[in-house]
Amino acid sequence: MMFVPGNNPGMMADAHIYGPDSIMLDLEDSVTMAEKDAARLLVYNALKTIDYGDTEMVVRINPLNTPYGRKDVEAVVKAGVDVIRMPKTETADEVRELEAEILKVETEIGRVGETRIMAAIESALGIVNAYEIATASKRMMGIALGAEDYSANLKTNRTPGGAELLLAREQIVVAARAAGIACFDTVYSNLDDMDTFRKEVELIKTLGFDGKSIINPRQIEVVNSVFTPTEKEITKARAVVAAIKEAQAKGSGVISLNGKMVDRPVVLRAERTIALAVAAGVIDKEEVL
Amino acid sequence: MNVKNAVAGTLESGDIMVNIGPGEGLQIELQSSVAAQFGRQIKDLIAQTLEGLGITDAHVEAIDKGALDCTIRARVTAAAVRATGKDVWKD
Repeated sequence: MMFVPGNNPGMMADAHIYGPDSIMLDLEDSVTMAEKDAARLLVYNALKTIDYGDTEMVVRINPLNTPYGRKDVEAVVKAGVDVIRMPKTETADEVRELEAEILKVETEIGRVGETRIMAAIESALGIVNAYEIATASKRMMGIALGAEDYSANLKTNRTPGGAELLLAREQIVVAARAAGIACFDTVYSNLDDMDTFRKEVELIKTLGFDGKSIINPRQIEVVNSVFTPTEKEITKARAVVAAIKEAQAKGSGVISLNGKMVDRPVVLRAERTIALAVAAGVIDKEEVL
Repeated sequence: MNVKNAVAGTLESGDIMVNIGPGEGLQIELQSSVAAQFGRQIKDLIAQTLEGLGITDAHVEAIDKGALDCTIRARVTAAAVRATGKDVWKD
């Protein structure tokens, strides 16, 4: 998910050319108070006009308790945004308040239920309430960590190893999995240190995240290369899926493949590997069926 | 509609800066590196956007830096909202 400032029309017009899975147009922290009105109009008109193709379009709105939040919701729902990213989410009630606001606008335009919600969790209270937030609405498609505000709230600093974020990251992954929604890691803002960035992406993939927020097209290749399964992994996953299909045809749920037991968790991991390979475009969907 | 002086947009690439002030009828002055090819179209879009907001009397100075139509519409609307105090979203 690539962050793009909502008051920069040049970047907004070009962002999808680099091929991110999703683009998050930002109306919050990257836009000054004096430009909130202009950025909202820019994002509205861009969403209505620019053909972003298959790229999922997300808009980070201002909190509803600011003078801008409700107008942001009206604008982006009317423009047909896929997902609204709610910043600094701390409680399930805040999600329900946003849901009610979305429903009001959707009802007005006759497009009920289309807009989904992603909650960014950026404080200790938000982490404590992560599962309640993740299950607060049927519209919830994911939760994400906002590490800058979170670190400040913890009264610590971000470090290259990310020790200060470990609990928050694990809590977000566990809450998302328990709720059956997606989870996204925070941004890494030092564009000159791609080695540490790669290590961070490897870490969050191991923790179970579905993806990472990025701030520059240069970071796309690193994230894709870490998340794209290797040829060896794909071959192994295909063998597992083929073997279990064969076993199921014979009425068995567990098999042995190359001397190792293959049961349901192994099959689920293999299916996820294949799904990631399809999403990354390294194998065709047709080949899997 | 009472129009005060207001501005929206920047001089960055892909943007357009729109100055609106009081005037009689719609007077639109445009500076653009693509004025020869698209000047008429850009001015028409500015006029059409203002008329859609109920503004028929204003003096507009626009400096275009290669903005898309959606950007022109957004910047003209932002300048018009600032010039009239009448928002397009519910308060």
